[in-house]
Amino acid sequence: MIQQFPVLVVVAPLVAAPITLLIRNRRLTHLWAMAVAWFTLFVSANLLHEVLTTGPISYQLGGWAPPWGIEYRVDTVNAFVMVIVAMIASVVIPAMPTRIRLDLAPERMYLFYTATLLFIAGLMGITVTGDAFNVFVFLEITSLASYTLIGLGAGRRAPLAAFSYLVMGTIGGTFVLIGIGLMYQMTGSLNMADLAVLLPGVQHTRTIMVAFAFITTGVSIKLGVFPLHQWLPKAYTYAPDLVSALMSATATKVIFYLLVRMIFTVFGATFVFGVLHLDWLLLPLSLIGMFVASLAAIYQTNIKRLLAYSSIAQIGYMTLGLSMVSVAGLTGSLVHLFNHALMKAGLFMVVASIFYRLATHEIADMRGLGRRMPLTFAAWVVGGLSMIGVPGTVGFISKWYLVLAAIEKGWIGIALLIVLSSLLALVYVWRVIDVAYFQSPPEGQADRIEAPPILLIPTWILVGATVFFGINTTWTVGVAEAAARQLLGVMP
Amino acid sequence: MSTDLAIILSFLLPTVAGLSTALTGRWPNARDSLTVLWGVLTFGTVLTLLPVVNAGGRPGLVLWEVLEGLPIAFEVEPLGMLFALVASGLWIVTSVYAFGYMRGHHEENQTRFFSYFPLAITAALGIAYARNLFTLFLFYEMLTFSTYPLVTHHQNATAQRAGRIYLGILVSTSVLFLFTAIVWTYAIAGTTEFTVGGVLAGKASGWPVAVLAGLYFFGIGKAALMPFHRWLPNAMVAPTPVSALLHAVAVVKAGVFSVLKIVIYIFGIDFLAAGSYSEWLMWVAGFTLLSSSVVALKQDNLKARLAYSTISQLAYIVLAAAIATGDSVVGGGMHIAMHAMAKITLFFAAGAIMVATHKTEISDMDGIGRTMPITMTAFFIASLSIMGLPPTGGAWSKWYLALGAAETGQYLFVAVYMISSLLSIAYLGPIIGRAFFRPPRADSHHPLPEGMKEAHWLMVVPLSLTAIGTVVLFFFANNVHDLLAPIAIGG
Amino acid sequence: MAFLGLWNYWVVIVLMMIGLYIVIARDNFIKKLMGLNLFQVSVIMFYVSMGKVNGGTAPILPESDMVEEVAAHNQPVTAGHLSDTRAFAHHHEAHHGGHEVVAEGHEGIVYSNNLTHVLMLTAIVVGVATTAAGLALVARIHEGYGTAEEDEIYKIDLTGAL
Repeated sequence: MIQQFPVLVVVAPLVAAPITLLIRNRRLTHLWAMAVAWFTLFVSANLLHEVLTTGPISYQLGGWAPPWGIEYRVDTVNAFVMVIVAMIASVVIPAMPTRIRLDLAPERMYLFYTATLLFIAGLMGITVTGDAFNVFVFLEITSLASYTLIGLGAGRRAPLAAFSYLVMGTIGGTFVLIGIGLMYQMTGSLNMADLAVLLPGVQHTRTIMVAFAFITTGVSIKLGVFPLHQWLPKAYTYAPDLVSALMSATATKVIFYLLVRMIFTVFGATFVFGVLHLDWLLLPLSLIGMFVASLAAIYQTNIKRLLAYSSIAQIGYMTLGLSMVSVAGLTGSLVHLFNHALMKAGLFMVVASIFYRLATHEIADMRGLGRRMPLTFAAWVVGGLSMIGVPGTVGFISKWYLVLAAIEKGWIGIALLIVLSSLLALVYVWRVIDVAYFQSPPEGQADRIEAPPILLIPTWILVGATVFFGINTTWTVGVAEAAARQLLGVMP
Repeated sequence: MSTDLAIILSFLLPTVAGLSTALTGRWPNARDSLTVLWGVLTFGTVLTLLPVVNAGGRPGLVLWEVLEGLPIAFEVEPLGMLFALVASGLWIVTSVYAFGYMRGHHEENQTRFFSYFPLAITAALGIAYARNLFTLFLFYEMLTFSTYPLVTHHQNATAQRAGRIYLGILVSTSVLFLFTAIVWTYAIAGTTEFTVGGVLAGKASGWPVAVLAGLYFFGIGKAALMPFHRWLPNAMVAPTPVSALLHAVAVVKAGVFSVLKIVIYIFGIDFLAAGSYSEWLMWVAGFTLLSSSVVALKQDNLKARLAYSTISQLAYIVLAAAIATGDSVVGGGMHIAMHAMAKITLFFAAGAIMVATHKTEISDMDGIGRTMPITMTAFFIASLSIMGLPPTGGAWSKWYLALGAAETGQYLFVAVYMISSLLSIAYLGPIIGRAFFRPPRADSHHPLPEGMKEAHWLMVVPLSLTAIGTVVLFFFANNVHDLLAPIAIGG
Repeated sequence: MAFLGLWNYWVVIVLMMIGLYIVIARDNFIKKLMGLNLFQVSVIMFYVSMGKVNGGTAPILPESDMVEEVAAHNQPVTAGHLSDTRAFAHHHEAHHGGHEVVAEGHEGIVYSNNLTHVLMLTAIVVGVATTAAGLALVARIHEGYGTAEEDEIYKIDLTGAL
């Protein structure tokens, strides 16, 4: 059984999705989706444990040996990402029957669960596969599922946002496809490990440089790296609330992983940073993105749009850590994958709870909510503190590594810029707190409108985890550091 | 009681106090008596550590390792011992005073107020006991955020604005400068542990050390070094007990305490003084010291005048830290205790005046000495301590501060100390003069009642006690000095 | 005329640019989707033409080799083996770089590389699915706004509330 685990993380949700179509019953399909998510979590946790104790696992699909067959390759890096995805899915899916902002008749909820499962299957596929073309296929499965999920948002702007994401996403995906084609042309291989061996021989050619440019640009579009982020705020704002929670915490993480994988495993850090100097481009773009997006977040009146811009800024943190090409920097990036997933999912859950009770996303309408929904808003405060990077929360851990990486390089100025941009988070987090706690609620409204447990419990699991993993970092930092060392080829 | 237990209890008890207050909110009397009980227990627990530290022991424990080389760990050394005693001791008095004030002033949301109050004490004790920069930073931020609801207690537009400035300055400076400085220190020294003699000597030199020192001095915004002092006068919108305990004792003293601790145990006073790395900070501190005294002269609101006086007195300690000699840091440490005792009395008195006569402006306080003789006598005694005159504790700490400056030949800064003392006479003296020697004003909006009218006894007793405390400290200054003596030779 | 020698790439590039231009310049969402399709098709062309080997035939084994082939299937494969994708690569490199590796089968038959063609089956499916999802979204946009023109929707969003 355990030998089949690498393929099981993909196959389980992939096969479960059509089964959901057959079940159709609203309650049963929810339980089914939940069970699949938890099973996936169990499997990926096992895989991570396996990888940490015995080293990378190679699984040959259909028994065909690589580089001819498709290889699923699990190492510390992707096992970590799989756990993040499965974990967030396991926490968010239970809250889905609340159907917040969902434009779907209750009896057709099974379609929503089907799309969610396909989305997870795609993400798992991107993560686990060791085959470049397979990456494209799963990338498109994920994207198609997410166009559908976003398009299900209530209001006429949701399909519009989904459509503009579809256009950008397809262009990005096709770029990746072109890049893979060019690599294949030069090496005759699609297996990532094999490509890593063959590419250095041909890396001086213009074809490979173009291939790299196409792949990086394509992935960056899907990731929403500044300045390729325009689709992201719209998509996150108009998507159903729980889809925003799920997507912001998983899709961006997996696609960032893909970028890391392409740079460090396939093309190799020496080529990317030593020859092409991607860092010269990525570092300033990350910094500008962090500031522009954080400033944009400050001026938003819609709380979801605020969080969406904050996500773009946080993606800037991750690419910044990557572009510093050091163990500390990459550890910071990878640990921030995990940390940001927790806090952003938690904050989107808070937004979902507010919408559930008040049917609004406007910050101005949240007057006095601090007293009317004390537990929900306490979650916002804790999650927000983590965004700022207060010690005792996960945000601090990520920031510590990023700033440490900058200082180790002797870049005091960049270190100061990183902390300065995290201060902008204080402003946009506190804007909401100001309204919720200092302005009195509108007259004649119910006193207590606390969110139902079905939303409150997942929210607090996520927010609680931001505190727990802010203090107990043995697991997160340990794994992230091992992964960073593996990627950079540095022995511990 | 084992020292480990004592350390843990001294955190746990205030936290429990916060919880018990939140739970017993419905019965104000039970709630308030319990708060005092927890306060006494906390102070008692902290006190059991004193003999150990006096005997040269450094009790401590490691709670949890967050990152490699970054544990949440505690160790009680003399300076921390003193700060813990001051914070936990004055908490009891302030609690009693706060009951009188909050009830006399009919404040709302008292339960929330009394729940967050002890949390701030937990944070202050955490800062006092911190064994490394990370732990210090953790509790430093906790102190900022736990006092935010206290500062914004009234929840109106003024409080909101003050809250923004309070949080804005304190969090910005700490995140921007202090955090960066801590990571930098870690990158240079590989540790953030407070170590006797410092951790930087031999590992860094030249301009980075001077910059690092600047990052620390400005990064600790709670020390209110200009230009990051504006939060302090703004935070005075808080109820007076908050101003008294937090902005004369816990918060600001946590700031200067951190500065001293970092100078002694991270830089090492010898290292810092030998390289003159902090010379530029002496000028900043000296400027803050004098200019805030001058600004204090111009304030008519009593609490605002006291706030600027606090900024000036904090700069005394920061200047001492920048001078970095044995006597100056001991003097700085002593001044934490002396100034805390005196300033809390002054704030208590200001609050008592406000509750009893609704007066807040100094120009309106003519003749108040006859109406509130006990309060104003206490005010007078505490003023002496701020001015640095015997028989009050302030005389001793100022003596050591000046001595420290003189030892290094910084006569200019000796003069700064002296001029500032004169200025403090100029801004505190007139208040006493008006109170005792002028007839009450006829055109006042809040005319003084006939005969004596003191505030509630729950307010008068605490302020009398602290006034007596300033005198007691004069006679027992030796004990404080002995406790602190080890830090003069590096810890 | 090496410049025009790789004319298949020119076709791909022209198609791709036409597609991208339509996506960017057209306001109608259906036309945008068509542009997107064109863009994807150009990449499919690129892959398909990539697999073609000069003088190569369809990769179908002559009957006489059948038994031998099946037996050799799971053996370690050497360069030049029919199912070895690398054979094609080397052959292709010969076009570019010049070092000569002959990719021939047992009988001296040259085969085209079928792998890229197979890959494109998947890509075509992806393209169809994307178009289907896109059309469904456009239908819903039309329901909501009464139009599928981007500039008109922009005006409606600016003036009217949600």
